[in-house]
Amino acid sequence: MISQKKDNPPTIIEDVLEKPSSRRSFLKGASIAAAAGSAVLATGCMPGGNTAASGELTLRWQEFFKKNYRIMSQEEKDETVERLERLAKIQDNIDVQIGSDPPIENVLYGYAFNITRCEGFMECVTACVKENNLDRKTNTQYIRIFEMEPGQLDPSTGDGQYFHKVPVEDKFYMGAQCFHCENAPCIKACPTKATWREPDGIVVVDYNWCIGCRYCMAACPYYGRRFNWGKGEVPKEEITTKQHYLGNRKRPMGKMEKCTFCIQRTRRGKLPACVEACPTGSRVFGNLLDPDSEIRYVLKHKKVFRMKENIGTQPKFWYFID
Amino acid sequence: MKAVPERNLKTFFSDAIRWNLRGSVGFQIFRILLFIGMGVGIYAYSFQARYGLSMTGMTDIVSWGFYISNFTFLVGVAAAAVMLILPAYLFHDPDFHRVVLIGEGVAVGALVMCLSFIMVDLGGPLQAWHLIPGIGLFNFPSSILAWDVLVLNGYLLLNALVPAYILYSHYMGRQPDERKYRPFVFLSIFWAFSIHMVTAFLYQGLPARPFWNNPLMGPRFLASAFAAGPALITLILAIIDSTTSFKINRKIFNKLRLIIVISAIINLLMLFSEIFKEFYFPTHHSISAIYLFFGIDGHNSLVPWIWTSVTVNLIATLVLAFNPGKNNPKVLLPACAFLFVAVWMEKGIGLIVPGLIPSPLGEIVDYLPTWVELGVTLGILCLGITVVTWLIRTALIIEQRYDQ
Repeated sequence: MISQKKDNPPTIIEDVLEKPSSRRSFLKGASIAAAAGSAVLATGCMPGGNTAASGELTLRWQEFFKKNYRIMSQEEKDETVERLERLAKIQDNIDVQIGSDPPIENVLYGYAFNITRCEGFMECVTACVKENNLDRKTNTQYIRIFEMEPGQLDPSTGDGQYFHKVPVEDKFYMGAQCFHCENAPCIKACPTKATWREPDGIVVVDYNWCIGCRYCMAACPYYGRRFNWGKGEVPKEEITTKQHYLGNRKRPMGKMEKCTFCIQRTRRGKLPACVEACPTGSRVFGNLLDPDSEIRYVLKHKKVFRMKENIGTQPKFWYFID
Repeated sequence: MKAVPERNLKTFFSDAIRWNLRGSVGFQIFRILLFIGMGVGIYAYSFQARYGLSMTGMTDIVSWGFYISNFTFLVGVAAAAVMLILPAYLFHDPDFHRVVLIGEGVAVGALVMCLSFIMVDLGGPLQAWHLIPGIGLFNFPSSILAWDVLVLNGYLLLNALVPAYILYSHYMGRQPDERKYRPFVFLSIFWAFSIHMVTAFLYQGLPARPFWNNPLMGPRFLASAFAAGPALITLILAIIDSTTSFKINRKIFNKLRLIIVISAIINLLMLFSEIFKEFYFPTHHSISAIYLFFGIDGHNSLVPWIWTSVTVNLIATLVLAFNPGKNNPKVLLPACAFLFVAVWMEKGIGLIVPGLIPSPLGEIVDYLPTWVELGVTLGILCLGITVVTWLIRTALIIEQRYDQ
């Protein structure tokens, strides 16, 4: 069914005529002209007159009026995923697989960072940029690594811009990223419920529902969020094609994004890219509800602390000392 | 005398448009300049529509800039109309009653600018419909931004509809029914305070930003607004008095001066209290204030800005308080203008930008608006001034006819 549609994209008129007339499809159909207007506004160019372009227009129109991901039925999720895959093919000529995997039952993700072991190689940053298709033009990074003076435990006192051979003697290293707070200020701030906490503890953003007001960014006490100020650029051969709707898929311009604990990997039982890439084994990730998991071992047997605990955000990210 | 032409809602609007298209040569030139300004704004915004907010000076660290600064300040200007509404309707002050429509016109113009600044600041303005309850998903009452959307639009409606009803009644040559509009006037008085408090809570409610997370924020917003807003209204009344046949009673200027002075003194007192808290025993929560007033590690782009603002504010307040020219408008009007600009500098950029510096992880970057931001801002200001002149011109013509 899907491949059939791909081979023979329907024209707008066919699309409108063939579908049963419901309120929804009426709304979709009645405003094709407006769709053209908004498409021109969004791309800044007139699409050509061929069927691929008008098929693209229909897809974009349907994308424009879809719901917030959180209140979509599984059927609607499948539809939007299929549309996004087709758009990626039409616009960028690339085959992506966008997942909509739901949270796994009885899983609550937690993360621990070993500040004794980390030596500041930043392999995690590179892996994260690659895995999550982060914008290369503005050098967006979800993970920050700070070079710390002994006697300090607050990254704001460290150097986040170091560029020299590591490890440096008498220094230690501390990573920061989105901490997936249980009591997250960003979720409270968002005026459109475009960001929320999934049942497995991952704080996600619906990139299409976000209006780009950046209130969540102002509300985050950990600098965990990034904004798409312009159009993201990733070289085609470097794009990670295994994607998730709430994860590393292409982000539109003017929308918020953030670390998702690599939702496209972790919901399929893999580790986040940063954990896998770490050469020193400083990063521990796992299920907090599983008493035999490594993360539970760390929380039980190591000296752990969380950043800015006084704000009461309850991060799912602990630092620990060997 | 000619026969009185038929009047109805349709002629009300067509007359309003007709009156506004007429006017002296100077007035037409003023109009054309405003249109050119709006054109510049649209041209600048076209870049932003195509290349996104990357055309602005904002970054992941300073994620709100010139737009939100101006928005914040203009909410105060809008709220300040209550300083005319309160005495006019509540205490039945006849002097204020005569000019209250002008104050409400200024409020509508300021609100149009506020909402425009929010729209141009959005990364996805085409998704703004996600905010409309019913079709969108509105995070109410959790998100203060959701509250702000409600109170700003509600205030715009109140400030547009009540004067529209009064003007329409006067246009039709009848006395407006006070029982009909009085409840809405009371609501708008309450609402004026709420728009400013809610906008302050927008910042005040963020523990991530110690510079904003300050219980004095809301009250200080009100005090500065009740100084800057009436200062602007004084200037507008002076312009109306000198350029039109609508004469303004001197007493109004004296009463407004009193309101401005009291508010400005309370504002300075609270500023002093804030500065004391930040600098008597500086903690790492004071870094933003240190950045603002003294600069950190060579990052000091806001230092001359804030000191200019504080100095001008102080001098203008003293001039208005001690009245050295004995009510000479050549002294008082520039003082009002300077006070307005000083509060704009402080309540705009001086409040928003340092709140975001340093980043929660301690990084310090400077912010400078780009030509796109300045152009769009110019356009929105011209739009606001256009709205204000259209409304006031219509109101004055109807009022003068009704008085006859």
